[in-house]
Amino acid sequence: MSTTVDRTSGAEIDRPTRLRLYQLMVELRGFEQRAYELFLENLVRGTSHLALGQEAIAAGYAVAMRRDDYTFCTYRGHGHTLARGASMAAAMAELLGRRNGMLHGKGGSMHLTDVAHGAMGSYAIVGAHLPIAAGAAWSAQVRKSGQVAVCFFGDGTTNIGAFHEALNLAVVWKLPVVFVCENNQYMEYTPIRSVTAVEHPAAGRAAAYGLDPILVDGNDADVMYDTARVTIARARAGHGPSLVEALTYRHGGHSRADPAKYRPEAEVTAWLERDPIPRYRTRLLEAGLPEADLQAIESQAQAKVDAATEEARNGPPADLAGIERQVFSDGGSAWRN
Amino acid sequence: MAELSFREAVAAGIAQEMARDETVYFIGEDVAAAGGVFKATVGLLERFGPERVRDTPISEQAIVGAAMGAAMTGLRPIVEIMFSDFLATCWDMIANQVAKTRYMTDGQVSLPLVIRTANGGGTRFGAQHSQSLENWAMAVPGLKVVAPSTPADAKGLLAAAIRDPDPVLVFEQKSLYGVKGVVPDGEHVERLGSARVLRDGKDCTIVALAAMVPRSLAAASQLAAIGIEATVVDVRSLVPLDTRTILGAVRKTGRLFTVEENPRLCGWGAEIASLAADECFDDLDGPIVRITTPHVPLPAADVLEDAAMPSVERIVETVSRSLG
Repeated sequence: MSTTVDRTSGAEIDRPTRLRLYQLMVELRGFEQRAYELFLENLVRGTSHLALGQEAIAAGYAVAMRRDDYTFCTYRGHGHTLARGASMAAAMAELLGRRNGMLHGKGGSMHLTDVAHGAMGSYAIVGAHLPIAAGAAWSAQVRKSGQVAVCFFGDGTTNIGAFHEALNLAVVWKLPVVFVCENNQYMEYTPIRSVTAVEHPAAGRAAAYGLDPILVDGNDADVMYDTARVTIARARAGHGPSLVEALTYRHGGHSRADPAKYRPEAEVTAWLERDPIPRYRTRLLEAGLPEADLQAIESQAQAKVDAATEEARNGPPADLAGIERQVFSDGGSAWRN
Repeated sequence: MAELSFREAVAAGIAQEMARDETVYFIGEDVAAAGGVFKATVGLLERFGPERVRDTPISEQAIVGAAMGAAMTGLRPIVEIMFSDFLATCWDMIANQVAKTRYMTDGQVSLPLVIRTANGGGTRFGAQHSQSLENWAMAVPGLKVVAPSTPADAKGLLAAAIRDPDPVLVFEQKSLYGVKGVVPDGEHVERLGSARVLRDGKDCTIVALAAMVPRSLAAASQLAAIGIEATVVDVRSLVPLDTRTILGAVRKTGRLFTVEENPRLCGWGAEIASLAADECFDDLDGPIVRITTPHVPLPAADVLEDAAMPSVERIVETVSRSLG
């Protein structure tokens, strides 16, 4: 594996930033675990796609982003949305279909959006949000706002046409957008390597767009933060898009319906040993951060998840009047006079 | 009052709004340097510059997706999809993303964008460059849909679409591009959701859209010569739909004929027929009759295409036989 951002020391990342990275990863993990528990209680209906094991990518980018930058993510987007500062209680309540949900129950797990925090949507059709993120970057470019759009997607997305259209347009127009492929090795249930022409589904295609291949360890928060800094700075400076492939692993199945029995046990074990959270914890301790500080972060995160769960569970069911609201900008759904 | 061709009126509508609002941008395939394959955007690049009027690659998903991303972050983009048939290549963007995002986010996201597209037959382009697809858009909640029949409306409805805070699809019937008509001087903006009664007659109501409007008017003149007085309504806007005007005409005349370029099943006229049956049943003096293209892809040869699409003769024949 070649990487253009290859570092593991974290020496140039200051202590508050590293603590923030750890805190975010622990919070995102806690949220996803709780979402799974609530599913087992039959409180989370419909489907949900957890990002357990992929927290370093969301944390690394979110910490490096400017407050007014844009995040676009997929249906596996709880973490990316929360990482931008969206309310955990509102996200949890949305999973539960409650009135106090982030989208008042109208979007659900796959569509978490919090525009006020730059979380511009979770998109449930594979590939769709790549051109949309390019469009937000186009808007930032012509408004000269200095904003950058960061677009997260899975390895399976690299085989759909919208990926190609968006990458090509972003390069031709030199747009301030960063495309981040979270290569968790499986497109839904199928190993990505068995359905892809190149070994590295994103990095192996970068040359087609005149871009440098960027292949990084997506389970290393320091690496992800550095990668984010480099690629966001490039976009903000007007040098155009980047295409990052971050190698990671989904701890669970594709969706809640999937026990992921198709994965070899040795592969699962090897990746669990590279779990980004214990790995980062060890590194922070080795760097001299006090154990007590990390424990405090962990218990605060747990308390935050508990409080969010409580608030979500106490919310009333979604408002039936919402059914015919907000189809159009007048707030309603009238199609006739 | 100036006389403009339909294509000149399209360009005038875009120019009017780009001059008025600096957040309006226009992108599409061959729209800038070439002025559009139908020459409906000639002069815009020269007037507004390459940043605001921009050629794209042949990437319909990227075109509509980029417009969506831009619309949700402060711009009011206009895009051209060269032929409406190509909407099929970016239908995810339109039907899943553009149409549903306001609803799914319960109003967090606004999408003031316009998708213009050359629609319909009469040009012998065959089945993949001639479809009348406004009913596809009409069937998706969250989209507004207009289809002008005159140069004045080409400008005025387009301007209204650009100013509208919601996504609007503008279907420009391509055989109309060369048609000339009077366009009001100065700023001209129509209202979405208003049909227009073009001719009053007591015996029946003919409801038509886009290129079927001039054919229906010609048919009404011929019907008058044989003693049948037809009211002709130009629907103009499918969403929102001016049911007040349309059903009002049906109530007055007691008979309803729709003239639709689309293939038979699920055309816009079926929805209007359903509304009339629901809400004007007691006023109807006879069956509602839909005059459409048969349920076939549109053939290419001139004799075949002409025979497939509703013609003036077919309208006259159908109405007179039905009233006779």
